[in-house]
Amino acid sequence: MDVLVRNHVRVSGRSGGPVVVLAHGFGCDQNMWRLVVPMLEREFTVVLFDHVGAGKSDLSAWSRGQYSTLEKYADDVLAVCRELVLGPVTFVGHSVSAMMGVLASVQEPEAFAGLVLLAPSPCFIDDPLTGYRGGFSAADVEELLESLDANYLGWSGAMAPLIMGNPERPELGKELTNSFCRTDPDIARVFARVTFLSDNRADLAAVTVPTLVAQCSSDAIAPPEVGTFVHTQIPGSRLVTLNAIGHCPQLAAPEETAAAITAFARDAG
Amino acid sequence: MMPRTGDEEQGGPTGERAQFSALLEDSAEDLYEHAPCGYLSTLLDGRIAKINTTLLDWLGYRRDDLVGSWHFSDLLTVGGRLYHETHFMPLLRMQGEISGIALELKAADGSRLPVLVTSTVKTGGDGQPLLIRTTLFDARDRRAYETELLRARQEADRERERLQTLATTLQRTLLPPTLVNVPGLDVSVHYHIASVDEVGGDFYDLFPLTEGTWGMFLGDVCGKGAAAAAVTSLARYTLRAAAVYDPDPAAVLANLNTVLHHEYNGTEPRFCTVVFGLLTPDGDQGGFRVTLASGGHPPALLMRADGTADYLPTPGGQLIGVLPDAHIATTSLRLDPGDTLLLHTDGLTEAHTAITGDKDRYGDDALLGFARVLAPTTATHTVTAIRDLLNTFGTGVDDDTAVLAINVPRPPSEEQQ
Repeated sequence: MDVLVRNHVRVSGRSGGPVVVLAHGFGCDQNMWRLVVPMLEREFTVVLFDHVGAGKSDLSAWSRGQYSTLEKYADDVLAVCRELVLGPVTFVGHSVSAMMGVLASVQEPEAFAGLVLLAPSPCFIDDPLTGYRGGFSAADVEELLESLDANYLGWSGAMAPLIMGNPERPELGKELTNSFCRTDPDIARVFARVTFLSDNRADLAAVTVPTLVAQCSSDAIAPPEVGTFVHTQIPGSRLVTLNAIGHCPQLAAPEETAAAITAFARDAG
Repeated sequence: MMPRTGDEEQGGPTGERAQFSALLEDSAEDLYEHAPCGYLSTLLDGRIAKINTTLLDWLGYRRDDLVGSWHFSDLLTVGGRLYHETHFMPLLRMQGEISGIALELKAADGSRLPVLVTSTVKTGGDGQPLLIRTTLFDARDRRAYETELLRARQEADRERERLQTLATTLQRTLLPPTLVNVPGLDVSVHYHIASVDEVGGDFYDLFPLTEGTWGMFLGDVCGKGAAAAAVTSLARYTLRAAAVYDPDPAAVLANLNTVLHHEYNGTEPRFCTVVFGLLTPDGDQGGFRVTLASGGHPPALLMRADGTADYLPTPGGQLIGVLPDAHIATTSLRLDPGDTLLLHTDGLTEAHTAITGDKDRYGDDALLGFARVLAPTTATHTVTAIRDLLNTFGTGVDDDTAVLAINVPRPPSEEQQ
């Protein structure tokens, strides 16, 4: 299986420049980065990809059994890096992808020049035993799954070819709004569980590569204290707070996000 | 009929218009406040800037409670808030609009109100986004209907799973769990199930008859599903019993023909193709004597120790169960050490090949070519190679496929050469 096709990998920007890999989180695909990419392309080789099951990745490569852990996604990240042979990269992981970066860097530190953890959360569920507050309960996650179901009623298997790109009939793409962020409901459910039920708090201390934690000033999904927790757990990490409301700073504050990535990747690369 | 223009000039409709105007006085403001849907304007960070009376009434809040301090996501359930952050906002920012999203609002009294939400981003003259306009429709009825649809779909999924389990279990009961061990013979079988929803109609068996004699058969009942499974079951047990009664392969198939013809000669004719064989050790060189009888079944393939391969024609053998006296073709051969005999059903040769597309089936010639490349071989190798071949066809295998291979192993000394 060609990894670059499987993950719909796109490379752009300054060839020979330090490499920045941008990994999207739960809910969308590499389109999430479209506002920051032009700002990064001036200085860096920019690598975009879709996680298997999202965007224009090869859906047939997805299976419930394989993609039920973040480790598998981390393996995919390493596979993409290996395939590109671009040397150590600065990996920017948004939301759940931040933890994929953590796992991948622990497994193969030499593949990474640095990690940017954008709005990260190592665990979304509160843990009363340790006093950790992730912000959510298991019941809240079930409620999210209901929201997913409620909004996927209009989705049908017949639309899958459109969603995954239909080169033979490009006119069909136009009829479908939200096309780039729609996924097979079964895949979305499994990814939602992986995203919101994983607990990677114990992995943070094992990170050895230079790390920047970039959190949003007001984020309902990854509140500031969670970003602070990640920062304190990763030895030698730096913390910045982006002046951005919500969970997606690359959309809400693209300039500031790109500037933070640029400054860090320049040092790391 | 009077021309309408004249009437208007006389003031009748003008009076009506005045009446409309009175009714529609302050229309824009009143429509906004009391529209049959909720209106909400938020700043780009989600803070509520304006909200209409309809929505306030639905939620049970006062305007002052919300405007300026609450965010739109504060009105949502926690699950809805997650959805809002991960799906709704990214799409709205990228597209400038998003429509028909199902969310639930939390009212002041804790009750929940299912709504369908549509938002657009209002931009200024310079194209910069200024604020977000949101319309909310009461979706209680629709959501109840959709929940019912979802429940029905989940139930259908469960039923389908149950059916598949049933079909798989039934399939298993129609095939021997393990084949008997025949001393001096390497035996391998494979059953490829084309559809998990239906019981297929292929069958096989290998069993001891008298001391030093074994019977084997492989067949294909026309059709699929429960009716075919009933015929498969009947055929299998009739073949076993008939072989005990008179082991001559032609007689075994003749008896099966009589039984099927009697049983299904009415409104629902059922028939099958079968190849039946008798195996007896032949001499002290480790060879086997094989007598085959075929009723309309694809010919067996013989792959010799010397690397040659050919079909064993059994011409003229008729379908079993159609005619009162079916003609049955027989042939016999000696299986020497290193020889492999392959029985198969036509699911294999009629499979659509992945490369050539829908029109082309794999075919007898391709299978013969495949066997010639394979020979000399063993039963285990043959079946493994055919499984791999079927895998390359993928969904092109639209019928069940059974293969049974027997091989007389070469003596160990010869194998090493």
